[in-house]
Amino acid sequence: MRLIQELGDWFDLRLQLQTPIREIATHPVPRDTASWLYVFGSAAITCFMLQLVTGVLLALIYVPSAGEAWNSLQTLNHGVSLGWFIRALHGWGSTFMVAIVLIHMVQVFLFGAYKFPRELTWIVGVLLLLVTLGMAFTGQVLRFDQDAYWGLGIGASIASRIPVIGPWAVNLMLGGPIIAGTTLSRFFALHVFVVPGLLIAFVGVHLLMVLKLGINEWPMPGRIVRRDTYLQEYREMTHTKGVPFVPNAVWKDILFSGFILAAIAVCAVRFGPFGPGGQPDPTIIQTAPRPDFFFLWLYALLSFLPPSAETPILLIGPALGIVVLVVLPFVAGEGEKSWRRRPIAVLTILLVAVALGTLTHLAEHAPWSPVMDAWSSQPIPAEYLEGRTALERHGALVFQAKQCHNCHSLNNKGGQRGPALDSVALRLTEDQLIRQVIQGGGNMPAYGKNLSPAETTALVAFLKTLHPANQKPASNASQTVALGLSEESPR
Amino acid sequence: MSAEKGMSRRAALMKVGVLLNSVVGVLLAVPIVRYLLSPVTREKKSGYESWLSLGRLEQFPAGQTRLATYRNPLVNDWDGETGNIACWVRRVDDQTFQVFAINCAHLGCPVRWFPQSSLFMCPCHGGAYYQDGSRASGPPERGLFQYRYKIDDGKLLIKAGEMPTPGQPVANKAGGCQTCA
Repeated sequence: MRLIQELGDWFDLRLQLQTPIREIATHPVPRDTASWLYVFGSAAITCFMLQLVTGVLLALIYVPSAGEAWNSLQTLNHGVSLGWFIRALHGWGSTFMVAIVLIHMVQVFLFGAYKFPRELTWIVGVLLLLVTLGMAFTGQVLRFDQDAYWGLGIGASIASRIPVIGPWAVNLMLGGPIIAGTTLSRFFALHVFVVPGLLIAFVGVHLLMVLKLGINEWPMPGRIVRRDTYLQEYREMTHTKGVPFVPNAVWKDILFSGFILAAIAVCAVRFGPFGPGGQPDPTIIQTAPRPDFFFLWLYALLSFLPPSAETPILLIGPALGIVVLVVLPFVAGEGEKSWRRRPIAVLTILLVAVALGTLTHLAEHAPWSPVMDAWSSQPIPAEYLEGRTALERHGALVFQAKQCHNCHSLNNKGGQRGPALDSVALRLTEDQLIRQVIQGGGNMPAYGKNLSPAETTALVAFLKTLHPANQKPASNASQTVALGLSEESPR
Repeated sequence: MSAEKGMSRRAALMKVGVLLNSVVGVLLAVPIVRYLLSPVTREKKSGYESWLSLGRLEQFPAGQTRLATYRNPLVNDWDGETGNIACWVRRVDDQTFQVFAINCAHLGCPVRWFPQSSLFMCPCHGGAYYQDGSRASGPPERGLFQYRYKIDDGKLLIKAGEMPTPGQPVANKAGGCQTCA
């Protein structure tokens, strides 16, 4: 025991760290911040530590070369003992890290922590969010599979729309004329050196400010932040009524971080590593690229924006979002902190959460994408064919052979790009069906050049049978009268 | 007085030092920036594109659209499969072709050809194109990108080498094309 003490003294005489560390550990914090809602920041750092360690471990095997990366990932998954587990930890660690950073951000926003004097802490936090998302995107590229390859193509297509410098931005992003070895190398440099360097620097500044300015107190409705009185009030809360950070508050941080690490490990064991998917061979075009979970909302948004507004929204939207976040503490630097008295703040969070959640959910199903193999793999349900005439059945064949099924579903099978056709005969008369098939319209291509008159006749005959048995199909009333047909005409 | 003088001399020397470092910094920054911009400046110098063979004309029957692949003209040894690029070749008649980029004009995903319905469909956001490459439906703002082509010694050649993007469609850069939608 005495030996340890002497050894400690020997080091401290030279390092002189004991006093500052003790001061940091025991600095007083407001009593009510020793809360389970104040653990997300430390948990995010814990995730980052895990990412650093597992990242270095992966770099022992991974080859950042376009020709070899995919093979080295296969080696990690199958050839190196527990390589799959390290990959899984890194992948799930990134998912948890993004999620916790977002939760942390929501918490400090709802608790008014960005108000005076912590404006800069918030702004650095915004930078940390961007850098974290940057890590997630560049990491997804390093998993160099089909999704990564075509994801880069999407990134390049977006970059190319920047006015004037677009084409240069593409070459700069790809490191050359196409997505290839130089592209992977620069994303490797970004993911392994540049972005983590920024992340470490920003985390350092962020933490320093939390220590210097003190943790945000638990907001009470009616306790108003004013620039001229706040510092005095905060001093009161910490130095007279406060508690030392260690051990009063820190035990919750430690427990939660441990819980998060355990959760990541459980997910890694249970669900395994992410991919890699198919080989990054651009001549294999039988692929439907999808981004990782945290960019799914963007993928959905890109299919819903009207074409004419897409470029401006894509280029201005993110910049505007960042500006709003950065300006926030200057616009609302004083006043109520409690979310109970800030309904607009709460509604904003709800709106953003519902929007992102909905877009993410939609992107998991991608109803806007044609189901590329529906025409050959998903047969027309038997009940749609029973008791039909030869012409109508031939129409069903045309429906399959011309890939109508890729975009239109029958009995919930097939694509959802266009409307389901189970009851199309209720909505459209025969003439309207013919017009729609031949001329297209809405969001449907025109099939006039691709269908012979006989095929069109057969297809429309089939479509006219698509209505519930107990409901009459649509008919042109004026035509019925003019032709003197009875209301009870067949089908 | 002399102490002040000494201080000012040291301060002056410090300024000289700062100046020296600034000059060296700028001198170093120039090659660093040029190095970083090399993907852009190279393109300015000689261009990325050149004429490439897609194969003999017999491989492309008239009236049909077929997938063709080529090796990008500018590749490194370690590019592996990423140096192979695919494109769609439509032979309209004996001497007339259309060579479409594989990349959707919306966001660059690989479009697939469906001969039965004579449509190109994109798996990402549902863009669709007619057989002549013109836009049929979905989010794309324009038709498929087209490569310039020529027929030489019984072979189909295209001018290619750079990934076409909405901001830099190959055909437009090559001086316009007649059939682009």
